[in-house]
Amino acid sequence: MNPDLRGMASLASAVGHTPLLELSAGLGLAAPARLFAKLESVNPGASIKDRPVLRMLQAGVAAGCLNGGRRLLDSSSGNAGVSYAMFGAALGVPVSIVVPGNASAERLARIAAHGAELILTDPQEGYDYALLTARRLAEEFPERYWYCNQYANAENWRAHYAGTGAEIVQQLAVQGLSADCFVAGVGTGGTLTGAGRRLREANPRLAIVAAIPDAFPGIDGLKPLGASGDIVPDILDAGLIGERVAITAEDALAMCRRLARLGLFVGPSAGAYVHVALQIARRGDVRTIVTVLSDAGERYLSLGIWPLP
Amino acid sequence: MATVIVRIPTPLRPFAAGRAELEAEGATAAEVLACLGQIYPDMLARVLDADGAPRAFVNIFVGRDRLRDKAALAAPLPPASVISIVPAVAGGHDGRQRSPAG
Repeated sequence: MNPDLRGMASLASAVGHTPLLELSAGLGLAAPARLFAKLESVNPGASIKDRPVLRMLQAGVAAGCLNGGRRLLDSSSGNAGVSYAMFGAALGVPVSIVVPGNASAERLARIAAHGAELILTDPQEGYDYALLTARRLAEEFPERYWYCNQYANAENWRAHYAGTGAEIVQQLAVQGLSADCFVAGVGTGGTLTGAGRRLREANPRLAIVAAIPDAFPGIDGLKPLGASGDIVPDILDAGLIGERVAITAEDALAMCRRLARLGLFVGPSAGAYVHVALQIARRGDVRTIVTVLSDAGERYLSLGIWPLP
Repeated sequence: MATVIVRIPTPLRPFAAGRAELEAEGATAAEVLACLGQIYPDMLARVLDADGAPRAFVNIFVGRDRLRDKAALAAPLPPASVISIVPAVAGGHDGRQRSPAG
């Protein structure tokens, strides 16, 4: 029996329409600068990845890519894997996720809880190896797998254009505001490209700033995109990026801990974005800055970054 | 003093002359890493903080045992130890590989 999108309609209706929080007062930001962030952990898969994964799956199912019992296949550092596994379970579609073995235990456990197959790769080989493993499996077993490929699937950025970006425009508009700076990072490039395009339509002078981590140890899900000549994800519109701001793991973690004391328990990428956004805000040349809080801190407890007293 | 193998993860290899494994002498993990740091200071700076403890999101293992702090790094190494340096996070490939459909 072929998958039917009606099987996950209820779950799909819970994706997106996330709150836009203002962080200005808590972070001591003085007027006229204001900082806003989308709280993406309220999605049913507890991360921003629900948005692109849902849209990619809807398109794939509509195109018959998962007919005949084909398995959904992709690589992930964890959050997208959770979303694939969750929607796959709702659809009744078998799912295989290639994940580096150093993905957090919380994410691996949740992927498994939804019944998806985990294909773990050697952490020593890095994320590329997981990605190449997924590609190899797709090439070797084309009848067994539909390779969703979040790095090259245009439905990824479209989800953020129609969802994340459009929601921010509307949520700011009701306050009489429009964004003049958007801070994000690059994992697949979907958020920066999709939301960035939509926000720039609303304000052609929008500045788009990319938070770029160290090459090692890096920040979960974010690319260094360091040296010129690096090849970037296919869906990333790098021309949107006006400025790249370097961020260390320690800076990101310090902001996570600061936000936790303000009542916001977020993951490291969110800490990185808010750290960079605050830097930009303090320059005084932008007024309304927006970013995303991609996921929640609970997903990283096993890393020991919030030690018990 | 024993020679110890240190496994280097892919994203750290540019700071270690591209090597997947290095060898250094030392009776403790701290000594081994300090020895490597004399040759590859940029690598060591990404693994340990200024105080000599593992940086945030860096895991150092001897076999299957994780060395969580400076005290663990200073403990005597068992014979024939292999040290593995592993980032505590996944994701964020470095862009040197074309993405699959590319």
